[in-house]
Amino acid sequence: MTGKKSIGTENKFADLFRRQIFIPIAALLLLALFNLVVDPSFFKITLGHNSVGDPVLTGYLMTILDYGSEVAILAIGMTLVTAASGGQDISVGAAVAIAGSVILRVLVGLGGDGTLQAPILVGFLAACVVAMLFGAFNGVLVAIFRIQPMVATLILYTAGRSIAAWINNNELPIITDKGFTVFGGFIPGIPIPTPFFLAVLCVVIALLVLKFTNLGLYTQAVGINSSSSRLNGLNPTFIKWLSFVILGLCVAVVGLIKTSRLSTINYSVIAKDIEMDAILAVALGGNVLSGGKFNIMASILGAYVIQFLTTTLYKFNVSSDALPAYKAVVVIMLVVISAPTVKEKLGAWGRSLKKQKGAA
Amino acid sequence: MKKKTLAAMLAVSMVAAGVAGCGGGSSATETTAATQAAEPAAPEAKEEADATEAPAKAEAPADGKVIRVGIINNDPNESGYRTANDADLKAMFTEANGYEASFAYSLKNDEQITAAQKFIQDEVDYLLLSAADTSGWDSVLQDAQDAGIGVILFDRTIDASEDLYLASIVSDMDKEGQTAVDWLAGQGLDEYNIIHLQGVMGSAAQQGRTGALDEKVAAEASWNLVTQQTAEWNSEKAQQIVQSVIDSGTSFNVIYAENDDMAKGAVAALDKANISHGVGKDVIVMGFDCNKWALQELLDQNWNYDGQCNPFQASYIDKVIKDVEAGNMPAEKTIIMEEKGFDATEITADDVEKYGI
Repeated sequence: MTGKKSIGTENKFADLFRRQIFIPIAALLLLALFNLVVDPSFFKITLGHNSVGDPVLTGYLMTILDYGSEVAILAIGMTLVTAASGGQDISVGAAVAIAGSVILRVLVGLGGDGTLQAPILVGFLAACVVAMLFGAFNGVLVAIFRIQPMVATLILYTAGRSIAAWINNNELPIITDKGFTVFGGFIPGIPIPTPFFLAVLCVVIALLVLKFTNLGLYTQAVGINSSSSRLNGLNPTFIKWLSFVILGLCVAVVGLIKTSRLSTINYSVIAKDIEMDAILAVALGGNVLSGGKFNIMASILGAYVIQFLTTTLYKFNVSSDALPAYKAVVVIMLVVISAPTVKEKLGAWGRSLKKQKGAA
Repeated sequence: MKKKTLAAMLAVSMVAAGVAGCGGGSSATETTAATQAAEPAAPEAKEEADATEAPAKAEAPADGKVIRVGIINNDPNESGYRTANDADLKAMFTEANGYEASFAYSLKNDEQITAAQKFIQDEVDYLLLSAADTSGWDSVLQDAQDAGIGVILFDRTIDASEDLYLASIVSDMDKEGQTAVDWLAGQGLDEYNIIHLQGVMGSAAQQGRTGALDEKVAAEASWNLVTQQTAEWNSEKAQQIVQSVIDSGTSFNVIYAENDDMAKGAVAALDKANISHGVGKDVIVMGFDCNKWALQELLDQNWNYDGQCNPFQASYIDKVIKDVEAGNMPAEKTIIMEEKGFDATEITADDVEKYGI
């Protein structure tokens, strides 16, 4: 009886170990443990008021929720793109600049004095349309012309910020309306940062879509083997294209948050290198970067882990231009762990351990 | 496959370097994502910015001779500074002022050199140059000299013999930093706990503006740096850095940001935590570059200080050319432009209009 039980727990443990979401959870626990040991005040959250008088929660954890949400939203789209096309979109940061620029152009207009010329919803919808168009452009290059995704999106990566500047005729309008700051700040009366709610909303929508449509299954099939999925009656071109369009929608939401944070943007630096964080989130989520199986929740957890890492590094006064180096270390570890040869070695090692146990 | 993809990712991220705040000298670090040669259509909208300092339209020479100038500049999309700089040049070198100007834009040194060669072939009278990179200019400037073309550098210096150019019109970044630090010292606080937000490391603007503050902090016991971090001219990064200091509960009373964007990001973090800032408030906010919106913040007493980085070189260039045409070589090769620092308690609405870029 007892022997059976122990086998059961062992299996469960092994099961958890094999589960995709194990990697981001382990990373999160590791970071949390590190902070707990070094300085428990990391987890302190205080309720205060911002300068407008609304209640706000502040603390490192809130900062992580706040900024991690941007990457989390992008990670949804990036996971789908990765799964369907087996490549990554590196034009996300530039596309965010374009989306933000569209919002400014629609809401303030050229030479405006900063007052709203149109409802915020209209500005946001315009940004959605434009960002999805650019996503569709990337999608066409990848799905129809079969260009390697990283190379295809390099075009927009290079040109995007110039396009963003051109949309506003190189001006940097500032929105003076206080109502616009809600999306990157706080909803009056609710002390949790709005970007977190937007992220939750996006995740819920994404999960509902995956649950009630075949998108998830189709994406996975196309990612694993595009031609065999075509023989099975799927349209791989459309699925790949669609994933880029969905990423475009995610980009528009992030553009809204970014623009709202400061009521303006700087085309050349806004969301700089955010694509790297988004791709890293997908990798950290244990998703296969060459396409196929994917787990959106794991990617999202990965996004918050990255922000956890960033915030921890800021807390310890690590020079901010050294941050990419630390992230690179994480990438290297992930790649090595998930490399087939290492996996094989680990598997062999595990089997030999079991055999020894069996022999004993 | 996976490895390759990630290697490519890292390579791409390394290529994307920092972005300029105020156009500074050692520009190896100052490239932008917007690498394309510019669309010249952009700057018209900013024309009101220049009419101000570009003084009374210089009169056309009496003999009706048109002076041909070839102007090589960085991409006006680079920053507000560059946009104002380009608009200023466009307003000065017009036919009405007796000039015939051709413009070439690039953030890449080799493209700029190609443009310079073309201007030399076209036999312009003067070559005006804001170099993307400090090196590689010797031979092409020698060609210009042989062809009898006067070279005037503006905004950025290069590593070449002084004999190869007539004059170099630049900002003194060290002085900008010193002016700001002197102003801060004049505020007479008991203790200075400073959050120092630096620009892209290694750029001339960063080095000059950091140098003066570092010296003062080393010299005075009551001056402390709470944190000294580069936010790479980026408002979002600045916001995160200041947020991190606020989260840690460390107290501070000065934000010394090396450009306006970073000061804006810092202020957003302060507002979120209900820390008052501005004239007579808890935290002193300092920025650089004198963007119009930043000067407006000064006028509204939300910020305390803004240091100028003068983009209006056209009038200085005009004077050098007029002098040379009259037979007077400039006495000094390096001409330092006058630059101000604005105090929120003294700034006027006129200043915002006149000096805002």
